[in-house]
Amino acid sequence: MNHLPLIIKREYLNKVKNKAFLIMTILSPLIFIALIAVVAYLSQLNNDSQRQISVLDESGYLTGVFKDSESIKYNILTDKNLENAKQIVKEADNYGLLHIKKMNSLSEAKNSVEFYSEETPSLSLISDLEKLIEIELTHKNLAEKNIDTKLIDDSKINIDITQENFSGEKTSKFDSVVKLAFGGAAGYLLFMFIIIYGNMIMRSVIEEKTSRIIEVIISSVKPIQLMLGKIIGTSLAGITQFIIWLILGGVLMVVVTAIFGIDMTQIQSPQQQMMQQAMTDPDAAEKAQIIFSAFFNLPLANLIIAFLLFFISGYLLYSSLYAAIGAAVDNETDTQQFMLPILMPLILAVYVGMFTVIEDPHGTVSTVFSFIPFTSPVVMLMRIPFGVPLWQQIVSLLLLVGTFLFTVWFAAKIYRVGILMYGKKPSYKELIKWIKY
Amino acid sequence: MSNLLEVQSVSKKFGDFTALNNVSIAVPKGSIFGLLGPNGAGKTTLIRIVNQITMPDTGQVFLDGETLKNHHIKDIGYLPEERGLYKSMKVGEQALYLAQLKGMDKSEAKKRLKMWFERLEIGDWWNKKIQELSKGMAQKIQFVVTVLHEPKLLIFDEPFSGFDPINANLIKDEILRLRDEGATVIFSTHRMESVEELCDHIALLNKSNKILDGNLMDVKRQYKTNTFEIGINPKQDNLEQELAQKFSITPASFKTLGNDLKLNIKLSENETANDLLNYLTTKGQVSHFVEIIPSANDIFIQTVKNN
Repeated sequence: MNHLPLIIKREYLNKVKNKAFLIMTILSPLIFIALIAVVAYLSQLNNDSQRQISVLDESGYLTGVFKDSESIKYNILTDKNLENAKQIVKEADNYGLLHIKKMNSLSEAKNSVEFYSEETPSLSLISDLEKLIEIELTHKNLAEKNIDTKLIDDSKINIDITQENFSGEKTSKFDSVVKLAFGGAAGYLLFMFIIIYGNMIMRSVIEEKTSRIIEVIISSVKPIQLMLGKIIGTSLAGITQFIIWLILGGVLMVVVTAIFGIDMTQIQSPQQQMMQQAMTDPDAAEKAQIIFSAFFNLPLANLIIAFLLFFISGYLLYSSLYAAIGAAVDNETDTQQFMLPILMPLILAVYVGMFTVIEDPHGTVSTVFSFIPFTSPVVMLMRIPFGVPLWQQIVSLLLLVGTFLFTVWFAAKIYRVGILMYGKKPSYKELIKWIKY
Repeated sequence: MSNLLEVQSVSKKFGDFTALNNVSIAVPKGSIFGLLGPNGAGKTTLIRIVNQITMPDTGQVFLDGETLKNHHIKDIGYLPEERGLYKSMKVGEQALYLAQLKGMDKSEAKKRLKMWFERLEIGDWWNKKIQELSKGMAQKIQFVVTVLHEPKLLIFDEPFSGFDPINANLIKDEILRLRDEGATVIFSTHRMESVEELCDHIALLNKSNKILDGNLMDVKRQYKTNTFEIGINPKQDNLEQELAQKFSITPASFKTLGNDLKLNIKLSENETANDLLNYLTTKGQVSHFVEIIPSANDIFIQTVKNN
């Protein structure tokens, strides 16, 4: 008798109909979007406030350089000494006072600029001011030494290396960024999925144990069927939740942007900065075109198939272990000692992926870790966008599936014995003994 | 009478621990079979083997003449001692699910469930969650779920625990009715009075071995000590001393109207009840004369202790 569909259905419906699950599903994207909106709004607010800065230029080199901008309003002081100027700035409650000392020649410029303020000024403000003064003084300096600045600008050469592989496909620096983003997202998604839904499976096994229904159930079905049913049912619930999150998140994002007029791109993540560095200031159309071509430069078919295969086997590998842990213990507090050996390779995989794959996707470390079954799903998914030889993918997948079959067998053994064991928390030694029962 | 269940020389070890050592039992069709034994004797392991939850190391199990196979799951209804239900699931939904796991068709299961719920007067629980019910109420649902698919073999492990006397009686009557309708029942319990009341066959396990089995009455006959409980209004004062010389006697205690001499008298093998009675009638007015039948309780304690 094959009861697998029946068990999957129950596990799925039970999860999906659960109130906590429903609330999480609907509330999570709301909270997430609200958080982003708040952050975006606040950072906008932060930039909006215009700062008043007084400038006391005793050198005379910088007349007319300080023009008001969106964030800074300059207040040029003339014919004051430093003490007076400080007094004025304090009384006017200005943000700060920029003081350029009197200098005999530009060679003294390096230590001639000071900034006085009540609080420590923001880093970006100081570096902006530094840049502004530097450029102006450099120009002045060049002019004083009779060097034509235009000539210098004209003689500057910009290099943009075009990349092409041996089969003639053109790539750009931007491609690497897109690949990284893709691989990183895939690996990270798997990581999150395993942690969230692996735990859910574990809890549902423990629930069956504590409610003592387990013996009733396994007098009707084989433990391995129950275990697989649980894993598959919970995973389907997980996928449902993920899809709802994606849709709800997307819709909300659009709505929030439209209503509040908040430009989400204002929040700069490190990745975005990397992207911007990679693109040497192209205009918008060119930008879109680069993203587009980078996207299609990805080995898409390979990526999708590999994603599905590695994701599923990797997830099943770990979730069967979670199920085994759930079967081995009586309550959630006892799970800690068994969780560590599961989490270690998983976290290792994410870090190896993040650091070594960015550095060199085909380096020794990342290649080796993309073969080790417990880290391979995450690391391989991160590597694949950079083009991994098919044989490597196949070997890695075979290793993974082999290990997966082994862990399911192993987990089923533990499960079969563990679900009927109550009372004391088993040791690793006892778990090994259970396999022989 | 043919046997519905035959367990032949089954052994099971868990690591170094022997849970069952070469145990054989035969459960006659249509009987109520008491599986007895102290805690840790191996009863639950044996029951789990019959339910195919655990596999025996050696030995064989036959159900209705066939080697036990996967499809026999639907022929067995099992109410484990460690029982429970999904707390957050609704009663009806849950019962349907468990019935379907036993291979029942959904609509058929629903029909029978409605009938059972009506019979036990729990119809209005259908949409309640288990966590809203009391323990006894949940036990009732559990009982219904166990018997719903009308299995040939019913296995009850401590079925009355958690029930009040009224509901315990109700369940007892249902078990008897199921037996009358053709089911065979295996009954594992520590409550000897229900063994006396229900079982017609017993097997006694102790320390992984079967130490006794058979028809309850045969077992009792085997264990009878040829002892009689008597009450007599003696004609002479020294009757007790006289009896003590002739038989082995111990004081007895039971209710009488007069101030009678009450004794347990154990006869030797070649003496009969009639010999004793004839003798007693010459010595006084006999008000009480009963053969002492060993209770299941006595047999249990005696055999386990001697083993």
